[in-house]
Amino acid sequence: MSQFAINILFVGASFALYIGIAIWAKAGSTKDFYVAGGGVHPITNGMAIGADWMSAASFISMAGLIAAGGYANPTFLMGWTGGYVLLALLLAPYLRKFGKFTVPEFIGDRFYSRTARMVAVVCLIVASLTYVIGQMAGAGVAFSRFLEVDATTGLLIAAVVVFFYSVLGGMKGITYTQVAQYIVLIIAYTIPAVFISLELTGNPLPPLGLFSDHSASGQPLLAKLNEVVTALGFDAYTAMVDNKLNMVLFTLSLMIGTAGLPHVIMRFFTVPKVADARWSAGWALVFIGLLYLTAPAVASMARLNLMTTIYPDMAGQVENYDAAATNPIAYSERPDWIRTWEETGLITFEDKNNDGNIQFYNNSADFSERGWQGNELTVNNDILVLANPEIANLPSWVIGLIAAGGLAAALSTAAGLLLAISSAISHDLIKGAINPNITERGELKAARISMSVAILVATYLGANPPGFAAQVVALAFGIAAASLFPVLMMGIFSKRVNNKGAIAGMLSGLTFTLVYIFVYKGWFFIPGTNNLADTPDNWVLGISPLSIGAVGAIINFAVAYLVSKSSEEPPREIQELVESVRYPKGAGGAVNH
Amino acid sequence: MADEKSNAEAYWKANVRLITGCLIVWALVSYGCAILLRPLLSGIPVGGTDLGFWFAQQGSILTFIGLIFFYAWKMNQLDKQYGLEE
Repeated sequence: MSQFAINILFVGASFALYIGIAIWAKAGSTKDFYVAGGGVHPITNGMAIGADWMSAASFISMAGLIAAGGYANPTFLMGWTGGYVLLALLLAPYLRKFGKFTVPEFIGDRFYSRTARMVAVVCLIVASLTYVIGQMAGAGVAFSRFLEVDATTGLLIAAVVVFFYSVLGGMKGITYTQVAQYIVLIIAYTIPAVFISLELTGNPLPPLGLFSDHSASGQPLLAKLNEVVTALGFDAYTAMVDNKLNMVLFTLSLMIGTAGLPHVIMRFFTVPKVADARWSAGWALVFIGLLYLTAPAVASMARLNLMTTIYPDMAGQVENYDAAATNPIAYSERPDWIRTWEETGLITFEDKNNDGNIQFYNNSADFSERGWQGNELTVNNDILVLANPEIANLPSWVIGLIAAGGLAAALSTAAGLLLAISSAISHDLIKGAINPNITERGELKAARISMSVAILVATYLGANPPGFAAQVVALAFGIAAASLFPVLMMGIFSKRVNNKGAIAGMLSGLTFTLVYIFVYKGWFFIPGTNNLADTPDNWVLGISPLSIGAVGAIINFAVAYLVSKSSEEPPREIQELVESVRYPKGAGGAVNH
Repeated sequence: MADEKSNAEAYWKANVRLITGCLIVWALVSYGCAILLRPLLSGIPVGGTDLGFWFAQQGSILTFIGLIFFYAWKMNQLDKQYGLEE
């Protein structure tokens, strides 16, 4: 069977499964549509959160980012997992006790303000839309690479599948497809990782292999990798990072951003009890951890594999790394997987010194004494995961699995985000503000229509990505960190913060964060409109625009506190509401009122 | 009624204490061991590198998982102890 047929088979089978689940899990009420009926088991929910959370970026790009940055990039690993501790301890159980359908609804009720609710709706839509465009575009790219259709056709196929199970089943359909998608994506991610770990270290568990000895040289794997990359002018893989302030703030921004993202918080409304919300956060992190503990192993092993493929002299025991680093392979002798991926443009070669060999090294290092005139091989970060099966010589069905896994990661996250957007429109905007007397059936219909519109918009923007779509980390996490997380937390842990404080806090945190980002990345991300170049020398105290969300959050907390302090206490019934969310007793199911 | 209220207040205080303790550990492994204190821990070798690197790539994630389960388990006890469970 050809590779193409195998890919079609794997992707087709996984899609048939998702559609089958959608037909089985059709939503009959708004409660089904928004919170999957409220009866999801915490382990099931944990798995669904895992798929909801792990996007095309986690699946395809994260290992490549870590491989490129080494120690400098664990911010993603810690940031995207540490947020679950905040969710479990500070938000999820109480929001579950509150027992409503959406995040803006809590903000609106707790701060007895329609304005606060609308600010939250806008933040939610901007953050989620930025995020979902990337998923749709990622699904299109995965299609075009593995199934030989163009990206727009791929995007349309993906949109039809998501449309089918999310419009029909709402949260109920999405929950059970996410469980299936988690299983597909985790198998697809770990199988090649196990093989590559066995090959390099003899240890079948990649996270242990990462800290084991490299079989061919007898050295510890990471020590070996350090020697190899430094001989080629790169920073040592495990090198220290000087700008610790930025690293701390970046990690913190990702953590509180994670905890403030509505599509994740919403998943906690689907479990029956407050205690289940706590357990499902734990299970979610177990399921997420399986991939996040594998990713750094894949990163370092794939990077070592790549280097020793180009410089075979460095593969085994090496006396002199500098000498071994002078002898790359000839371009004509490159392995098949490089040939395959050159066709996609993700690997490019330019023979700068016309010697027919592939000089692959850090371009800012000077190796002119070796007759090298610049780095000749450009490797896109995404290659490391996508080409992993080929690099490790795995059978072609594993490649089919990677295709299905990448699509599962993109579609599951897209569906969760689309639900967050559509419920904010139908529940917060239509029922909450425009037509409070809408019937249950009318609202369900409105939810389905807004879901359809959200999919159409996301598909269109996925095919024609606007400039801001590339700024997921800055925009989605920055907004969630600076606006939503602080007010949610204060709404639970303080009885004193009032409507004025919350609105002032959200707006000042949000404005500060967006202005800082726009100054470096261009106003509304229009190229050329930035006031300062986006380089570390220009950053205030060395804080990157990607890390500013944490500072925005601190400003939000401070402003909300000061404004509340200088104005009246919240009314009696609001203080009682805060009391009631703090105690698990009497939660009952999520209700519609 | 007064008893009920002071009972609930005691429950909330115990919860906040527990959260504070857990968050100290949370910050210590991630911002501490993995980032700020890494130079101090550089003398402790782990698989070809140092303990700080291990915390950055694995240790903090494993601790986070442990923390959430510990908190969930401890809170179930508190819920029962104060008679506030569902």
